[in-house]
Amino acid sequence: MDFALTDDQAQIKDAIARICARFDDAYWLKRDREGGFPTDFYDALAAEGWLGICTKEAQGGAGLGVTEASIMMREIAESGAGLSGASAVHINIFGLKPVDVFGTEEQKDRMIRPMAEGRAKACFGVTEPNTGLNTTQLKLRAEKRGDRYVVNGQKVWISTAQVADNILLLARTTPLDEVKNPTEGLSLFYTPFDRERIKVNEIEKMGRKAVDSNELFFEDFEIPEADRIGEEGKGFRYILDGMNPERILIAAEAVGLGFAALRKATAYARERIVFNRPIGRNQAIQHPLAQKYAALEAAWWVTMKAAWEYDNGMPCGASANMAKYLAGEAGFDACQQAVMTHGGFGYAREYHVERYLRESLIPRIAPVSPQLALCFIAERVLGLPKSY
Amino acid sequence: MKVLVPVKRVIDYNVKARVKADGSGVDLANVKMSMNPFDEIAVEEAIRLKEKGAAEEIVVVSIGVKQAQETLRTALAMGADRAILIEAADDVHTDIEPLAVAKLLKAVIDEEQPGLVIAGKQAIDNDMNATGQMLAALLGWGQATNAAEIEIEGDVAKVTREIDGGMQTLKVKMPAIITADLRLNEPRYASLPNIMKAKKKPLDAKTAADYGVDVAPRLTIVATTEPPARKAGVKVESVDELISKLKNEAGVL
Repeated sequence: MDFALTDDQAQIKDAIARICARFDDAYWLKRDREGGFPTDFYDALAAEGWLGICTKEAQGGAGLGVTEASIMMREIAESGAGLSGASAVHINIFGLKPVDVFGTEEQKDRMIRPMAEGRAKACFGVTEPNTGLNTTQLKLRAEKRGDRYVVNGQKVWISTAQVADNILLLARTTPLDEVKNPTEGLSLFYTPFDRERIKVNEIEKMGRKAVDSNELFFEDFEIPEADRIGEEGKGFRYILDGMNPERILIAAEAVGLGFAALRKATAYARERIVFNRPIGRNQAIQHPLAQKYAALEAAWWVTMKAAWEYDNGMPCGASANMAKYLAGEAGFDACQQAVMTHGGFGYAREYHVERYLRESLIPRIAPVSPQLALCFIAERVLGLPKSY
Repeated sequence: MKVLVPVKRVIDYNVKARVKADGSGVDLANVKMSMNPFDEIAVEEAIRLKEKGAAEEIVVVSIGVKQAQETLRTALAMGADRAILIEAADDVHTDIEPLAVAKLLKAVIDEEQPGLVIAGKQAIDNDMNATGQMLAALLGWGQATNAAEIEIEGDVAKVTREIDGGMQTLKVKMPAIITADLRLNEPRYASLPNIMKAKKKPLDAKTAADYGVDVAPRLTIVATTEPPARKAGVKVESVDELISKLKNEAGVL
């Protein structure tokens, strides 16, 4: 067993850190205040080829694994870019995995290459307002008419829909009451985002103002058949393939954010003098920070284990769920402790940790709730009966 | 023309160095290590010469522990063509002294026959500022240290150096040794496609014994100490008090 970074991984970490260093705390504070997609940050990573880290070499990428992508995403979040930075590029890294696995060669070249090169932005359209995590119950309808599909319905919590050029969309092509199994009848599409036919309402939210989240309303939105990925009706199976890597990457981002918060907190604890001594000399300040550090480190190594399993073609569902659960909680705990370490100043925006705390709720909640991650472990690892 | 660039793996410039408990040196266990920043500038300059057509091949050389190959990979990812690693120590705490480094580099240069060597002016770990000069002496080549600008004109390198009170321009006949100062350029960093390409570039692993050079230290480190902590200042009430303190207590007036 070897826990050391390979030469490649060390270089990736270093190169990402150097790009991120150009986008300092003031930059992210401003993005959080004013909103607006961090285009210059996205372009900086795109220009150096980083958005194609997981993309196969045939489509212009580097062909590296989720392990390397996790190291990259952690480094982005840890730089202080947090989830604002990570979410800006998240979908480019792994979002089009279903196209890579199930698309035709023509589709791969047409769809994946522009994402890897950072020339196109996309959004991921799965979640619906009345479905939540019960994905098989999706209602958004795509009706086949000749060589096109006509889409009507709603999606919600769709990140980057304000800036996306394309949408990866999961839609019901056969009504639920006409299929034997609820996992059938859903189809996957990747197609240009037509703002005439898709109305986008931004959701005002707690944090990560720079990267928009939206509700989408589809009215007779047309998709050419050539933009359907794989077979009709098999879309649910196709997106499952990308869910574990997504959990792993989100876990890496949560860990990075937690470490960023701890870096601020420990610096403050060293410098802040109260009662003629740095507050960091007090065990009541030190021990919680040390605990959070240990928890983040533990979450990180489970994340690396999950990534290693995925990259080696092994089942990684249990590890991916554990990583997402542990990292989501550890990231949140670390951010909260960082605010508390700062006392009153932790509540002030200019100390950055309150922004991290607001962002830390994202990897805690998404893409799967901590409860459902635990359900997975209870059922699949511990063999307990399904509770829902 | 072939350009040879020696690079050293040193404690990262962002890391706050801590002295080992026994005072024998700086603690490098589990500390982030990077390419010496002046060497990075040297690599960048070599790449720029190649881009301008003044150089055809860039060979980077590192001497030290096995992990220095990471440093070499970084140089390859920046744009160097080929790397040579000379393993001369097992322990990260063993610093190979400038004379041993210069002798090893001379041996490499005898084999490689580069037209130009660009080195960092000094390594940020021990600040010896000696290897380039010693190498020039061993080879009997001309040297131009602390370069802030390099221009190649035929077989002559025109080197501008920052000196007290202005700029000095030297002409040195090649082959020559040039050492790089801070303002020579701003080094690029490796893009992902170049990191991937670097994996396929050749890296030769050698040992000090292959060159018959004795790397045993000649110097003894007597003590290493942290810089003294700065004492707090005092506030003065008036200009008169300030003058009086400067005269009577500080003794500077």
